Amino acid sequence: MEIKLKVWKQKDAVSEGRLIDYNVNHVSPDMSFLEMFDVLNEELIVKGEEPIAFDHDCREGICGMCSMVINGRPHGPLEGVTTCQLHMRSFKDGDTIVVEPWRAQAFPVLKDLVVNRTAFDRIIAAGGFISVNTGNAQDANNLPIKKEDADDAFMSASCIGCGACVAACKNASAMLFVSAKVSQLAKLPQGQPERYTRVAAMVAQMDKEGFGACTNTGACSAECPKEISLTNIALMNRDYMQAKFLENE
Amino acid sequence: MLDSKIPEGAIETKWSKYKSSVPLVNPSNKRNLEVLIIGSGLAGASAAAALAELGYKVKAFCFQDSPRRAHSIAAQGGINAAKNYQNDGDSTYRLFYDTIKGGDYRSREGNVHRLAEVSTSIIDQCVAQGVPFAREYGGLLSNRSFGGTQVQRTFYAAGQTGQQLLLGAYSSLERQVGMGTVQMFSRHEMLDVVKIEGKARGIIAKNLITGKLERFFGHAVLLCTGGYGNVFYLSTNAMGANVTAAWRAHKQGALMGNPCFTQIHPTCIPVSGDHQSKLTLMSESLRNDGRIWVPKKQGDDRSPNDIPEEERDYYLERKYPAFGNLVPRDVASRAAKERCDAGFGVGPSKMAVYLDFKFNMMRYGRVEATKNGLANASDDEILKLGKDVIKEKYGNLFDMYKQITGENPYETSMRIYPAVHYTMGGLWVDYDLMTTVPGMYCLGEANFSDHGANRLGASALMQGLADGYFVIPYTIGSYLNKEIATKAIPTNHPAFEEAEQKVQGILSKLIGIKGSKTVESFHKRLGKIMWDKCGMARNEKGLKEAIEEIKALRNEFWSDVRVPGSQFEFNPELDKASRVADFLELGELMCIDALNRNESCGGHFREESQTEEGEALRDDANFAYVAAWEFKGESDWQLHKEELKFENIKIAQRSYK
Ligand SMILES: Cc1cc2nc3c(=O)[nH]c(=O)nc-3n(C[C@H](O)[C@H](O)[C@H](O)COP(=O)(O)OP(=O)(O)OC[C@H]3O[C@@H](n4cnc5c(N)ncnc54)[C@H](O)[C@@H]3O)c2cc1C
Ligand code: SF4
Ligand code: FES
Repeated sequence: MEIKLKVWKQKDAVSEGRLIDYNVNHVSPDMSFLEMFDVLNEELIVKGEEPIAFDHDCREGICGMCSMVINGRPHGPLEGVTTCQLHMRSFKDGDTIVVEPWRAQAFPVLKDLVVNRTAFDRIIAAGGFISVNTGNAQDANNLPIKKEDADDAFMSASCIGCGACVAACKNASAMLFVSAKVSQLAKLPQGQPERYTRVAAMVAQMDKEGFGACTNTGACSAECPKEISLTNIALMNRDYMQAKFLENE
Repeated sequence: MLDSKIPEGAIETKWSKYKSSVPLVNPSNKRNLEVLIIGSGLAGASAAAALAELGYKVKAFCFQDSPRRAHSIAAQGGINAAKNYQNDGDSTYRLFYDTIKGGDYRSREGNVHRLAEVSTSIIDQCVAQGVPFAREYGGLLSNRSFGGTQVQRTFYAAGQTGQQLLLGAYSSLERQVGMGTVQMFSRHEMLDVVKIEGKARGIIAKNLITGKLERFFGHAVLLCTGGYGNVFYLSTNAMGANVTAAWRAHKQGALMGNPCFTQIHPTCIPVSGDHQSKLTLMSESLRNDGRIWVPKKQGDDRSPNDIPEEERDYYLERKYPAFGNLVPRDVASRAAKERCDAGFGVGPSKMAVYLDFKFNMMRYGRVEATKNGLANASDDEILKLGKDVIKEKYGNLFDMYKQITGENPYETSMRIYPAVHYTMGGLWVDYDLMTTVPGMYCLGEANFSDHGANRLGASALMQGLADGYFVIPYTIGSYLNKEIATKAIPTNHPAFEEAEQKVQGILSKLIGIKGSKTVESFHKRLGKIMWDKCGMARNEKGLKEAIEEIKALRNEFWSDVRVPGSQFEFNPELDKASRVADFLELGELMCIDALNRNESCGGHFREESQTEEGEALRDDANFAYVAAWEFKGESDWQLHKEELKFENIKIAQRSYK
């Protein structure tokens, strides 16, 4: 296949960026989207041009590092699939594909398609944990947990922290990401003692980082590669109200 | 002779005695002691959290944009622990025994026993952190089987166990970041250790965003930097996984233990073409419910669904009736290679075998049908019920397979082939996890310690968390209690100056070559040499050739590599070049080590040393030792030996028949 690319190039955080045209020939349908970028970068380097910078690591859809907006959609056209797991068989010979970085005030571009997502780490540091020091734990089977609850918590916990939800949202809201962690811990008995202080602290940090407000459009969940459900946001909203109520008591 | 500092006494009491007699550091002194932790995988994140909780001042580093993305995140199948929740005869001793035997008697009894002892606390800790392990309907934890064992001791979270464990450790780490006890430096790559008066006192790291070199002081340095499987170019490791931190430490005096011990995992998705950038694992847990086979007829091109039962050769079940599909990885990998080499391989490349789930889908389906009172369910209905069970257990793996190959594994057999997966070799450490450089420790996959010549499935996660949560918090005290009088050394000390200049020299040189070939092209060529000559089967002639080829390739690299751009910008090509430069040295040492070890053991298969049935044949009289290599200069290493003594396990030829 032959593919035409329009890729966002931006020298660094302070420079302006723009879309640049590239052609990639001999694309095999079995290639992953990122392998197509590898091939292109190899050609560019040999020609003495600058390769395109993009984030990636595991290439298995689990580390959350890859992050491309492909034809306007974070992680591209398929549902439940990260950029690195997208394969060229999803495209046609001669297609033109536009590739851009995540766009959000809280995720400034570092170079080309690479953005800074450390805001997510700071939100977790604000409260996305259970305060248990190493060695404090009782025997794991002392506290039975209903299978449904454990499974539910697992579904929320499968968020990979990629930030596609933010990139998909017209307000660049981080509600889906934050709610996934809040819900995971709220659904487990171990998470109860800090349940309300946690949600309050995480939401406060989220606001501080400059993420936008949630207007319940649902684009986040639709584009989320792990199909994190909107019910997480509903749970978080409920817990947040409760937290504010408790604070005012 | 190397001293591993294993405590005296009976094996069951060594660790508890050690813990109760190791000198302690009082809390106010801990606040003045700084620890640098390189790596935020299971080993690094757990160590950072645990040491910060104790009161040490921690600085942690990773090259990804967030500590949560360390490659531990990709581990799929599970984590072992001798809980014996299944009442199937498990015990600390049995986990200890399985690990020593699985490692083909090339690991240290003292360390492995400690690992088995602390395994149970890991599960407790993780559950307390909110790790959502799989559970049974009664609300208790569920277990599955892994290779090389006959008990069910593997805890799991679907096919995403590493993710859930790492997120648990990461949240504990971030909690400490929030409290100000850990400072996290992501997108930072350590490029050298700084030694002062023989002790590790700091590191030089490159800020990957700005390209600037930065200096950090620490009273101790912990390398938790993962494995070096990417020396083979294609592996199941993440793209960024590398040996640089360990290698630079090696060149500063840390010995490298058993570098040739590599694990080739039997069940990975086969290579699809030249563009291939990495290989994807299909977790060993699939062998619980999958059966491996090839057609009985050579070159059989029919689709797997058209090949009837009686024309299938379930060769693992045939050759190893006692363990069947659950033989250890090295055995399963060699068996797959043997069948493919003999002309029974399948798929377009003929370098693949089938992994089929239909049998177990039907088995599960029948159980579900009975449970739901569907006495007259048709085969199709039973199959559908069975598929749902399989989906719940392995859904994400099946989805991944479908994404990558375009084939639906619920409907047809998977095609799989062995791929490089894990490195048992690594920096040599003693019982304290300290390398031969005082003050420098090595944890997790980066060290050589616990898995001998072959690691059992679900034991790397266990080891990473054991090292970080439960071992280093004790053992580091035996060094740091002597350091309480050492004041933080300012980073304008000449040793820092010198180390930084050395690193700067390497980076400038790489950029200055401006040759004609890409870094990637060298990495691919190195990988091919390693895979062909230091891979699943090794022999004297091939290894000798490989050593010469690697040297030549290294020379070519240093005269003709092209690194675009400059240092002081975000430049992933430069970072890759500096990693590949180290792989080009490591590869040579791996071949030297493989050549020296003229026996077969575990994953190290020397064609000269095999039984009549083609199984690995050890030579205990001559090779019951850890080969620890000291760097002397380019292409020059000195061998040190650590004798392995088996006092609690009778050393025997491994058999899974
Ligand atoms: C696909 C896959 C599946 C697996 N499944 C299982 C399983 O089911 N069960 C099991 O027990 N094991 C499994 N393993 C093995 C296991 O995951 C690893 O051995 C283990 O997670 C390694 O953990 P670690 O903490 O040692 O290193 P890693 O998790 O690899 O972390 C390395 C860290 O070091 C950092 N780093 C490296 N170099 C530098 C540097 N120079 N400067 C700064 N930072 C650096 C990285 O940023 C990273 O944070 C699997 C492995 C793979 C590849
Ligand atoms: S919620 Fe989904 S899109 Fe958002 S960070 Fe998590 S996995 Fe990515
Ligand atoms: S590279 Fe890890 S999720 Fe895509």
